[in-house]
Amino acid sequence: MLVHSFKHIRHRQIRSTLIRVVIVCFTLLTLLPLLYILAYIIRRGIGAINWSFFVELPKPVGERGGGIANALTGSVLIVALATLMAVPVGLSSALYLSEHSRGKLAGFIRLCIEVLTGIPSIVVGIVAYYWLVRPMNSFSAFSGSVALAIMMLPIMIRSAEETLKRFPVHLREASLALGVPYYKTILKVLLPCSLSGVLSGIMLSIARVIGETAPLLFTAFGNPYLSFNIFHPMHSLPLLIYNYAISPYDSWHQLAWGAAWVLLMWILLLNVLTRIMIRKWSVRY
Amino acid sequence: MSEFIMTSSNPTSIDVATGKQPGQQARPYAGRMMNHIAGVDRKDWLFRKTLWIGGLVILCLVLGILLTLVVGSIPSLRATGIRFLWGKTWNPVNEVFGALPFLTGTLLTSFLALFISIPFSLSIAIFLGEYFPPARKRNRFSHLVREAVELIAGIPSVIYGFWGLFVLVPAVRQLEMQWHILPYGVGIFTASLVLAIMIIPYASSLGREIISLVPQDLKEAAYSLGATRWEVIRHVVFPYARSGIFAGLLLSLGRALGETMAVTMVIGNTSELPTSIFSPGNTLASVIANEFTEAANRVYLSALIELGLVLFVVTTCIHLIGKTIVQRFSA
Repeated sequence: MLVHSFKHIRHRQIRSTLIRVVIVCFTLLTLLPLLYILAYIIRRGIGAINWSFFVELPKPVGERGGGIANALTGSVLIVALATLMAVPVGLSSALYLSEHSRGKLAGFIRLCIEVLTGIPSIVVGIVAYYWLVRPMNSFSAFSGSVALAIMMLPIMIRSAEETLKRFPVHLREASLALGVPYYKTILKVLLPCSLSGVLSGIMLSIARVIGETAPLLFTAFGNPYLSFNIFHPMHSLPLLIYNYAISPYDSWHQLAWGAAWVLLMWILLLNVLTRIMIRKWSVRY
Repeated sequence: MSEFIMTSSNPTSIDVATGKQPGQQARPYAGRMMNHIAGVDRKDWLFRKTLWIGGLVILCLVLGILLTLVVGSIPSLRATGIRFLWGKTWNPVNEVFGALPFLTGTLLTSFLALFISIPFSLSIAIFLGEYFPPARKRNRFSHLVREAVELIAGIPSVIYGFWGLFVLVPAVRQLEMQWHILPYGVGIFTASLVLAIMIIPYASSLGREIISLVPQDLKEAAYSLGATRWEVIRHVVFPYARSGIFAGLLLSLGRALGETMAVTMVIGNTSELPTSIFSPGNTLASVIANEFTEAANRVYLSALIELGLVLFVVTTCIHLIGKTIVQRFSA
């Protein structure tokens, strides 16, 4: 009888260990292909990288070489413009949410942020097309920036609100008790203390939209030449990757791999910077 | 307070405040103070209004998006009506617009991707949430796994599509040749594979969060009764986290439904109703991406916007339901 029950326990333990091994194996089995994808992109991309890749324009089909200068400048411009538009709105609404967290309007705004989080990127593209491209009668980098700004908002607000909400009441009260006006309390006490969260939210949202292609397809549209006019079509890295990836030419594929590498490094850098910033600047109350 | 403001806006006190009448030392200071208070009051009011407007912009943005999509799809609604949803043919040349091929394509790719990804994302979630939680112990290896998952989640979808086009499509073509199916390479199956790879990081980080929320005392109670690790997972963690895991699946499904670029690049882009999971097709998002800039006439454009509206409504509903369940679970 006793032997039998020991056997039973041994059986259960073996099963438990077995399943643990299976889960660990499955995790590794999942991670390895995913990391392989990353390695594949980096390996293909790094071969295309040289100096002229960054400073030259794409060459016509048939000629070797060429670069992605137009897409690089375009990406930087479009994303910078989007950040400029999104930060004031995002920051003020995050402040509103953290200050009036129980209000009725705050509830509606939270719902809207959820909707914005789940919205497919192509739909944002349609909307930006309808709002800006059609009235202005031309594809433009500006409309692309608006689309990207809409996509940046929810990430930015969420991250900023999380940090702003953690600001302790006694610090706020100390500031107000010294006669510091409300707006100065917010701007000079609350915001500096929450700087790491706010900035990391902005950087994460940049990292998120820098690779977005769908909203730019019919807003920024793409442009084979170098352009600095935000009311004209402009190229960007993800658009270039898409256009060249589906083209049948090998030299264009090479450019696209290079562009994918640049894009990946950019996102990686932003993520690492955000980590460092959170570790260095975050305030513990 | 209002009295102060009134005195300070009184012209004589402003004169006093500027200090133009020497000999009256007490009043200029008071006057200046009152002015200052009035100014602070106005600035405070302005500041509060700015925050309020910031919040209102978000509200208007979402309402504006919904309104734009509805208004944009009116011409198509007038032309085709509700039959749009189950019309089998999509022929822009003859202005016959039916969304069924794209609806089937979207649902097929998303659900297939979800089913493919479940075992993988669930095992990562259990691994990180139960066996090796990075938060509790300073475990190097599990930290590495988590970082890797986050890193992979950040890769843009266009790069996944590019990779799929160059690695996955030839591989699937080989497979199809072995199985004696028409070797397109591109198609619904390939799109589902890419989608599955894309949602694994998202789904597993959601699952990890939910599994790590299962209360420690419940698990310890089971251990003290002599349960093994697996029995605790099977009979305590899973039943407790069931609703949360379901919500995680919903959220991942929402992601998959709205995914555009990677799918567009590997699905083959035909507007015919798919006959098998290996045939090329189109999803709601991919047909918009492909044809939007080519849409020459009003009804065509409007039909595409209506597809966008359908996509928006479906993904938003799924996303909101998922989020509500998750919130209720973590509260």
